[in-house]
Formats: sequence, C-alpha cells, structure tokens
Amino acid sequence: MRFDDEPLIPGEMLPILPGHVSHGRLERILRAGAFAVTAEIAPPDSADPHEVYERAALFDGYVDAINATDGSGAHCHMSSVGMCSLLTRRGYAMVMQVSARDRNRIAIQGDVLGASAMGVSNILCLTGDGVEVGDHPEAKPVFDLDSISMLEMLRTMRDEKRFLSGRSLTEPPRIFLGAAANPFGPPLDYRPHRLAKKIDAGAQFVQTQYCFDIELFANYMTAVRDQGSHEKVFILPGVGPLASAKSAEWIRTHVPGVQIPDAIIERLKGADNQAEEGIRVCVDMINELAEIDGVHGVHIMAFRQEHRVAEIVERSGILGDRVPWHPGIPSANLENSQ
Amino acid sequence: MYRMRSWSVRNARWLQKLYAGIEWLIIQADPLLRRIGYDRLDRPFLRVEKLTKGFLLDSQSCGQCIVAYTGLSCPMNCPKKMRNGPCGGVRSDGSCEIKPDMTCVWVNAWEGNKRQGNDDYPIQVVQPPVDYRLIGHSAWLREVQLKHEI
Repeated sequence: MRFDDEPLIPGEMLPILPGHVSHGRLERILRAGAFAVTAEIAPPDSADPHEVYERAALFDGYVDAINATDGSGAHCHMSSVGMCSLLTRRGYAMVMQVSARDRNRIAIQGDVLGASAMGVSNILCLTGDGVEVGDHPEAKPVFDLDSISMLEMLRTMRDEKRFLSGRSLTEPPRIFLGAAANPFGPPLDYRPHRLAKKIDAGAQFVQTQYCFDIELFANYMTAVRDQGSHEKVFILPGVGPLASAKSAEWIRTHVPGVQIPDAIIERLKGADNQAEEGIRVCVDMINELAEIDGVHGVHIMAFRQEHRVAEIVERSGILGDRVPWHPGIPSANLENSQ
Repeated sequence: MYRMRSWSVRNARWLQKLYAGIEWLIIQADPLLRRIGYDRLDRPFLRVEKLTKGFLLDSQSCGQCIVAYTGLSCPMNCPKKMRNGPCGGVRSDGSCEIKPDMTCVWVNAWEGNKRQGNDDYPIQVVQPPVDYRLIGHSAWLREVQLKHEI
C-alpha cells in the first residue's frame, strides 16, 4: 500500500494531511478507518545496524508501524532512539517508546526533538518498569515524570511550541502521541478512567498489555464506550503467541500485569504441538478482538517469536488485500516519472 | 507506618475534612504568619507535618502535597513516584509489582477517593511533574502562599 504523495526517497516525510498532527503513516491509516497492525521489534544487544535491519525486515508487508522498545523489562538493549534513527532512514513508520525510568524531563524533550527531526512520527509515553526487575537492579530509578505528565509535556511541545520551561521552539515536533493501557490490572474499575485521563493529557492512540482474557477486555471496552473514549483515541489491544503451557504459567506468575485464563493454558496443554497451538490462540484472539466495537487495530508482541509475526497476520486475514508499506514495495512515483 | 497508612485511607472521608479544616485555620492565620515570616516558619511547620502527616499517611514530605486528590494515599510511596494513577504492573491481588508486601498506592488511592466522596479534589486532575526544589519543605505553607497569590 502506497500513498499518492509518497516521497521519492524513503525516509523523507509525507505531507501532513488536514486534521492530522504528524507526517506518519500510522496516523493516516488509523484516521482512514483501516484496521492497523503494529508490532514490537526486538532490540539487539549489539552495535551492528544490520541486526536491526534484519529484524525489521521480518515484518515487511504485514505491519503498519514498528514499536522500538526503550529498555523494556528494565533490561539494557540498543536504545529506542538509535533503532528509530536507523529504521526511519529506510522509510519505516516507527513508534518510539519513551520510558520515564531512565531519563529526566531535560533528556526526554531533547530526545523527542531529535527523533522528530529524524522522521519519527509516533511517540509512546511510558512510565517504565522498575529497575528492580531488570539486569541492573542497582541502577538509580529516575522517574522524574510519569506517563501522564510526559504526555502532557509532549503535547505542549507540539501544540504550544514550547518546552515545559516555557522557552519557545522554532519548529515543534510533529508527533502522534501514544500511551499504554493495562485493562487487566487492579483496580479494574479505575482502568477506563485511567484511559480517559491519558486522553485528557494528550494520548491519541493506545496499545494495551497482552490480552488473553477476552471477556475481561470486552467488559473494559464497554466501560470505555460508555465514557465515549473510543471516539477520542485509537485502541490497539496487545496480542502475542504463547510458546507453551509451561511458559504461559511462568508469564502469569512472574510478569506483573499479564492475566492468562486457565482455559487458554488448558487449551495449550491439550495440544500435540503447543507452540503451534500458541499461534492459533493468537490468531483467534486477533479475530475476536477485531469484532469488538472501538478496537482499531492490534499490537503484536511476539517476544522471541518475531519471525512468526507475518504468518500470524496472514492467517488472521485482518489486513484483507491491504499490504502495508515496506522498503521493497514498488515505487509508483518512480514508475510514473519514467 | 504501613498499618497507619491503610487505616487513614479507610477513614479518608472524615480525615479529609479535618485536613481541610487545618488548611482553613492556617489560611486564616496568614497575617500572623506573614509577620513572623514564611521562611522562618518553614522548618517548624515541616516538623509538624512530618509528625502528623508522616504518622498518619506515611507522607514523604514532597512539599507539594496532593493527597486530597489521591484518597489520602501519599503517591510518593509508589516506587515509581507515580502521581497520576496506577502503573500497569499492579499484581492481581492489588499489591505493588516492586514491593509485593505493599498494597499499590493507587489501589488505596482509588478506594480512598471513593470514600472521600467529594468532587472538590477529583482524582482525574492531571498532576504536573514534581518540582524537586520543594522536597523537604512545608507543603501547608506553600498551599497558603499559593491561595493568597490567587
């Protein structure tokens, strides 16, 4: 899929359409009403750019935007700013995740200006996991901001052309602002209100924690619709393949905030090939989520199974005939000019 | 003290009224406080706050108190210092992902907020980031000064 006004050189920015805030493909696809697919790329423990390109290429033709994580699980990897810098040069639509755990307001505002200059159109504001769960538990936790104060700060930079300090910007960052949501964590009855608060602070799209409990998610969405939030924000529930019943058990006891119902674990246990069943569960989940009113896409987090994302999307059939942009896509502009 | 903190959240409704009453008294005393000098009063006031709010709420004396908005649950007890709501890591039993022995500050805040049952201090107000210069100063005196500036 290409837009008519696609730039000749990958990495150059698309024009901003009326009513849009960013140059990005993700905002265009969501506002056009298409079912969007985003996926999380695994950042390498390496300084080799080719590892980044190879990992991104796994998603070519199946994903509308790629999330670059920022030290997820408080583990050290290549930075989200670095990943985005490499991949925007090739034209990929990036969602740069920014965690409040490692950087203060001075660093974050500077990074966002730099990222926007490099062609990053989407920023996902996160508070971040505590350093205690990572590989450097002795590190100083920064948490100068939280996700909501970060959203408000970045919205102010974009819409009021100024830093948090009030000092003005000559060119604001043209960014589509995202937030995370966990509909499955206590206090459950506050979660829809929390989404509303994130929207008030500037969130335009949300990607959620892994959804395995469709009933719980449907209840959440009912409350979200009652508040009218589904008309103010694009909602992309998180999905991912479980490798086995054993790993599902491990995740639900060790990863706070992830709920996996017994029925899913039983389904995996009963299968001859548990990894394949995990893929089927994920495909089914995508199709069930797509039926829920107010769901605008899915966010695939295929931890250590990134090579299977294309297959998951293909089998779900949610893209229909649409092939998301990727670097190898035939360039209509070049063809026209010849 | 953790047990005291839980008790205060359970009694958020009348404690909140008491808190508002104390604030009102201090605001009335402004002319006197002004004569003595706010700077000179900062340390004694902080000591009183540490004794009362510290005992009742486990207040961490950030100097920019928002417990009226958070059901009297001091958000500075959150390991991530979240001032705008719970993170996504809250355990299914409502405990903190980082300190499993502690109930999530925001699970308490939401309970306390429901008990408070007033709309004067909505939990939905977006709180600005912490001003680190105010930590370790009196929040009450700052509140009074802000009220008089308006």
